[in-house]
Amino acid sequence: MAQMTMIQAITDALRTELQNDENVLVFGEDVGNNGGVFRATEGLQKEFGEDRVFDTPLAESGIGGLAIGLALQGFRPVPEIQFFGFVYEVMDSINGQMARMRFRSGGSLNSPVTIRSPFGGGVHTPEMHADSLESLMTSQPGLKVVVPSTPYDAKGLLISSIRDNDPVVFLEHLKLYRSGRQEVPEESYTIPLGKADVKREGKDLTIVTYGAMVHESLKAAEELETEGYSVEVIDLRTIQPLDIETIIASVEKTGRAMVVQEAQKQGGIAAGVVAEIMDRAILSLEAPVLRVAAPDSIFPFSQAEQVWLPNSKDIVETAKKVLTF
Amino acid sequence: MAEKKSLIFDPVETLHSIEEKFEMVQVLNEEGEIVNEEADPKLSDEDLQELMSRMVYTRILDQRSISLNRQGRLGFYAPTAGQEASQLASHFALKKEDFILPGYRDVPQLIWHGWPLHQAFLFSRGHFMGNQMPEGLNILPPQIIIGAQYIQAAGVALGMQKRKKEAVAITYTGDGGSSQGDFYEGINFAGSFRSPAIFIVQNNQYAISTPRELQTSAKTIAQKAVAAGIPGVLVDGMDPLAVYAVTRDARERAIKGEGPTLIETLCYRYGPHTMAGDDPTRYRTSDIDSEWEKKDPLVRFRKYLEAKGLWSEEKENEVIERAKDEIKAAIKKADSAPKQTVTNMLEIMYEEVPFNVKEQLEIYKAKESK
Repeated sequence: MAQMTMIQAITDALRTELQNDENVLVFGEDVGNNGGVFRATEGLQKEFGEDRVFDTPLAESGIGGLAIGLALQGFRPVPEIQFFGFVYEVMDSINGQMARMRFRSGGSLNSPVTIRSPFGGGVHTPEMHADSLESLMTSQPGLKVVVPSTPYDAKGLLISSIRDNDPVVFLEHLKLYRSGRQEVPEESYTIPLGKADVKREGKDLTIVTYGAMVHESLKAAEELETEGYSVEVIDLRTIQPLDIETIIASVEKTGRAMVVQEAQKQGGIAAGVVAEIMDRAILSLEAPVLRVAAPDSIFPFSQAEQVWLPNSKDIVETAKKVLTF
Repeated sequence: MAEKKSLIFDPVETLHSIEEKFEMVQVLNEEGEIVNEEADPKLSDEDLQELMSRMVYTRILDQRSISLNRQGRLGFYAPTAGQEASQLASHFALKKEDFILPGYRDVPQLIWHGWPLHQAFLFSRGHFMGNQMPEGLNILPPQIIIGAQYIQAAGVALGMQKRKKEAVAITYTGDGGSSQGDFYEGINFAGSFRSPAIFIVQNNQYAISTPRELQTSAKTIAQKAVAAGIPGVLVDGMDPLAVYAVTRDARERAIKGEGPTLIETLCYRYGPHTMAGDDPTRYRTSDIDSEWEKKDPLVRFRKYLEAKGLWSEEKENEVIERAKDEIKAAIKKADSAPKQTVTNMLEIMYEEVPFNVKEQLEIYKAKESK
């Protein structure tokens, strides 16, 4: 098995699906000859030709609309939005059009589009490159939203997303692109959407999280272990729909839970997870369910990034409150 | 002292010479006379009669729809009278395999492309079965977001190109729609890929109440094609023969791989924006109305066909009666559609029902089976 970074695993998933299904098309700004600004599509145009991997004019709404039209001709488009901060330009195509295609056609049409896009803080980007805007998407019925945290998950989840017959927003955390390697099978494999993964088992506390915060949470769990606490870390992987069953089973076991997200606290994924736990497992709880999230400012200017982003220290601190309540 | 030479290029003069090229194409004048022999598409007698029948039928459909709406028997409705030539003559140049991406006023083209009338009524009434497209029917339901269909048309056209189909994607918006970003992105993407698309702007002079002059300082909407590097044409949108001829030419170009065309049809909507309370007297005068009524597409086409001995009052009455009968039958069919449930809505969200929806589905199924 090959050792891959997340970006390599993503390229590998795209290659796998371009090979498997002639209807798969990869396009966006600079994804062709240039191989994408992060090299996610490196070499794919050369391998599969300009007909299947191609550059578009610079217009995000156009890219989204193009995907919808191509899907209506039986293609399986995988457009890239160069940075997820640019999603505002394509909100109508994604939330107003793709997400509603099956619904507004009474189930007679669909939009099997996978929108890939990098996001996430910690790499000193300019404005509108790092924001965690996933809850704009998760609040839209009709979409699925996936955020992988490891190279292995990224490949399996991306293949599943491309094969899904509904639109999927696939968010790739910038900091995770090259931060670690992992064994990734060269053949095709899928990881079901809507299934969380227990990244670390534990008995005393459940941390529910996703994306880059999975790694901060694991770091925190290790530290807490030295103090005698056994912490379970659940990586949601798909944030819409949520894997409620896995969350509840874990909370019922540990009796204590917290949710960690990189996004601002307001209107976040964490709030929804907390509400689900309240609805379904309140009698199993020994303590309030707390959240670790970024403060409710706009994503900061890059020099303030490190103080603004939640980290393992914040997680340990909040975990202790839950553990000792 | 020599006059300072401006560093900024002012295109006004150049633009005037370009604007002159966007002279309105007209074949049939208001008196029903051929004024441009060269541009006459020379349709067969049967085709001329068929196109007239469709226009008459659609005028009746519009009148009946307005009256049904007033009786509370239809829902959302955007009147079409005045736009028959723009809508139906452009559609007349299409083939079954061409794909239509309509705005909300473009229900007539969808019906003549094969959308069953009772489904159009169900759409108007807000019933999901209206938009359930029969297999092989190449249309989208009417788009509500102004201009969103333009960029999707570029995608459908690119898809056809990749599939090597002999077909085009055709999309319609209005003068207001031509101000949207998606309008430019649509014509620009299709131009960049040289895709087989036809972009029609039915310039009916008002975006709800906002007059055409406020949309842009460009003299014509057709000339916006210049910015995308594609051909454009301004056509008399009340003249069925001219609209047919330019759409046919645009289709031929597209099929030959020569790329998209932007067509501006100059027309007028006699009625309100929609039947949901718009009052045109707030923004236009009866003088303007009557000026446009003189240009009426049915009047001039009727004169032309009568002079050729191809049309008569009797023929027209036949079409009117047929339209009325079919509308009545379609309303009856729409009446028999099952009552909608929340269960129906939840079932059409995803191919596979996710956990959250599944739970709610069970709740509503139980509630609604009582």
